[in-house]
Amino acid sequence: MDEMVVDAKDLRKIYKMGEMEVHALRGLDIQIRRGEVLSIMGPSGSGKSTLMNMLGCLDRPTSGEYHLDGESVAEMNDDQLADIRNRKVGFVFQSFNLLPRATAISNVELPLRYANMGGRERRERAIAALESVGLGDRVHHTPAELSGGQQQRVAIARALVNTPAIIMADEPTGNLDSTSGEEIMQLLLNLNQENRTTLIIVTHDPEVAELTNRVVMIRDGVVVEDRS
Amino acid sequence: MKIGQPIIEALESLASNKLRSGLTILGIVIGVAAVIAMLAVGRGAEAEITGSIEGIGTNLIFVFRGGDEDVRNPKPLTLGDAEAMADPFAAPSVAAVAPMLQGNAEITFSGESTSASLVGVTPDYSYVRNWTVTEGSFIEEGHLLGRSSVVVLGVDVAEELFGRKSGLVGETVRIEGQPFRVIGVMEEKGGGSFGSEDNVALVPMTTAQARLLRRSTADRVDIIMVSAIDADSVDQAGIEISDILRARHRTAIGQDDFSVMNQKDFLETAATITNVITIFLGGVAGISLLVGGIGIMNIMLVSVIERTREIGLRKAMGARKRDIMTQFLVESSLLSLFGGIFGIILGWGIATIVSKIAAASGTPLTSQIGIDSVLLATIFSTAVGLFFGLYPANRAASLEPVEALRYE
Repeated sequence: MDEMVVDAKDLRKIYKMGEMEVHALRGLDIQIRRGEVLSIMGPSGSGKSTLMNMLGCLDRPTSGEYHLDGESVAEMNDDQLADIRNRKVGFVFQSFNLLPRATAISNVELPLRYANMGGRERRERAIAALESVGLGDRVHHTPAELSGGQQQRVAIARALVNTPAIIMADEPTGNLDSTSGEEIMQLLLNLNQENRTTLIIVTHDPEVAELTNRVVMIRDGVVVEDRS
Repeated sequence: MKIGQPIIEALESLASNKLRSGLTILGIVIGVAAVIAMLAVGRGAEAEITGSIEGIGTNLIFVFRGGDEDVRNPKPLTLGDAEAMADPFAAPSVAAVAPMLQGNAEITFSGESTSASLVGVTPDYSYVRNWTVTEGSFIEEGHLLGRSSVVVLGVDVAEELFGRKSGLVGETVRIEGQPFRVIGVMEEKGGGSFGSEDNVALVPMTTAQARLLRRSTADRVDIIMVSAIDADSVDQAGIEISDILRARHRTAIGQDDFSVMNQKDFLETAATITNVITIFLGGVAGISLLVGGIGIMNIMLVSVIERTREIGLRKAMGARKRDIMTQFLVESSLLSLFGGIFGIILGWGIATIVSKIAAASGTPLTSQIGIDSVLLATIFSTAVGLFFGLYPANRAASLEPVEALRYE
């Protein structure tokens, strides 16, 4: 089980803001094993959002190497990135980002649709994913009919429905009250135990970070602390 | 992604904003409705006109005064011209010639009064028009020579004055105050696009010239109707007539001061007019569809901005450029397709109402909606949506996922 799911070396990202160049990542190295749970912490402006975008294949590094589940991502074009996001990455956002008009099952089916999966299989897998987050009885509810915690559960079901190599969770408890927040964290950890899905949580909440067995601190675009 | 799913999603998205969708397609609806209605009514009118032109008979030739545009002071047609055309040696293809004087007159009978078209004719009129009396007799040579005060009534005039169509021979009516003896009643012809042909009173040519329809010169006539010996000789008869008139009027080549038209010429003229109208309608259609298309583009751009986060999310979930593009193109195409469909329904309604109004006011006009105009409207409006959706869709597809997800 020593296999590296995430293997990034010397990641650099430079944003051009007019005349100024902003160095968001300055040669960052990070390795993550399959099945690990880790949190990425850092003050705002530290580069942790940029790192999340890189690891989630939403953006390309300016330079450096990044292998996700054995595939080299740094040189991919837009469509290849879309494809690898579809197959290898599940996202959980702070503000849930569900389609407001679509039912829970339609929301969960979305990644499978872009994977061109047939209707019947899609439905079965979406229902299974919703059951695994405890929403088997809310399949046909729209987000407006669900509580915040339930909406985040739908988002988690959507993130894991295509059995990704990593799940990226960006402040998953940020918009929830403490009770629902704890429930969501517990759910994420349980799912990691059951499926051995690699879980990367970006947060600034120390309580959330305490629940993970590895914490990576980022400052000024480099890793300043990595404790397990 | 397959095409079925985007269609369902686009329908959901359009349905969630019904008022906006409705207002957006209004331009397309009105444009398509106008075109469908106008084409339908136009075709109905065309069919009606063609029908009545065909109704005048295949052998008929009309000769009018005035010809090529730059001819000044065209000589009027005269009885002498008509007689010359009837010469079997100069014009062997001509069977009979019927000069006419035309005008309107007030006809009265014991307090009843009606306005009818008054025509001064010769005995050949009956033969040339292939139109005979149901009772009594037609105007004869003797009536012409004597400038007799006799009249043959059309059915409508008879109905209007006497309330019956028969038993009228021997009665006396007044035309412009002068007494005329009824010698016959024409058979019923029915109405055409040029008005009812039965609302007519026929008097001897000479009587009309002398007392009713005075012209500047005594032997002048308005129209000369000629029948050719058979349908195949119509063109030849036209050539012969033209030669005779050119000689008599002493006109140069290309300076004809008269026009010779047969049924085919009328049909061609009608077709030319219809074509011009069709091109004009096409222009109107093009402009309204253009305006409608710009409306669609505008709303689609707004929609792309509103749904920036949704687009970001879809991209994060693995949507490729092409998927987003398809989604928005399907939406704009469906929008304008609906506009086209509603426009066709509305246009059909308008055309039906126009037909009803026309029928109620006595002009038979059956509007015809061709399957081709329906197909054209459908395809064209969808194409407009597709074209004007391209730019917004491309903008949506080109959004960076990171930027789009961060958009508030």
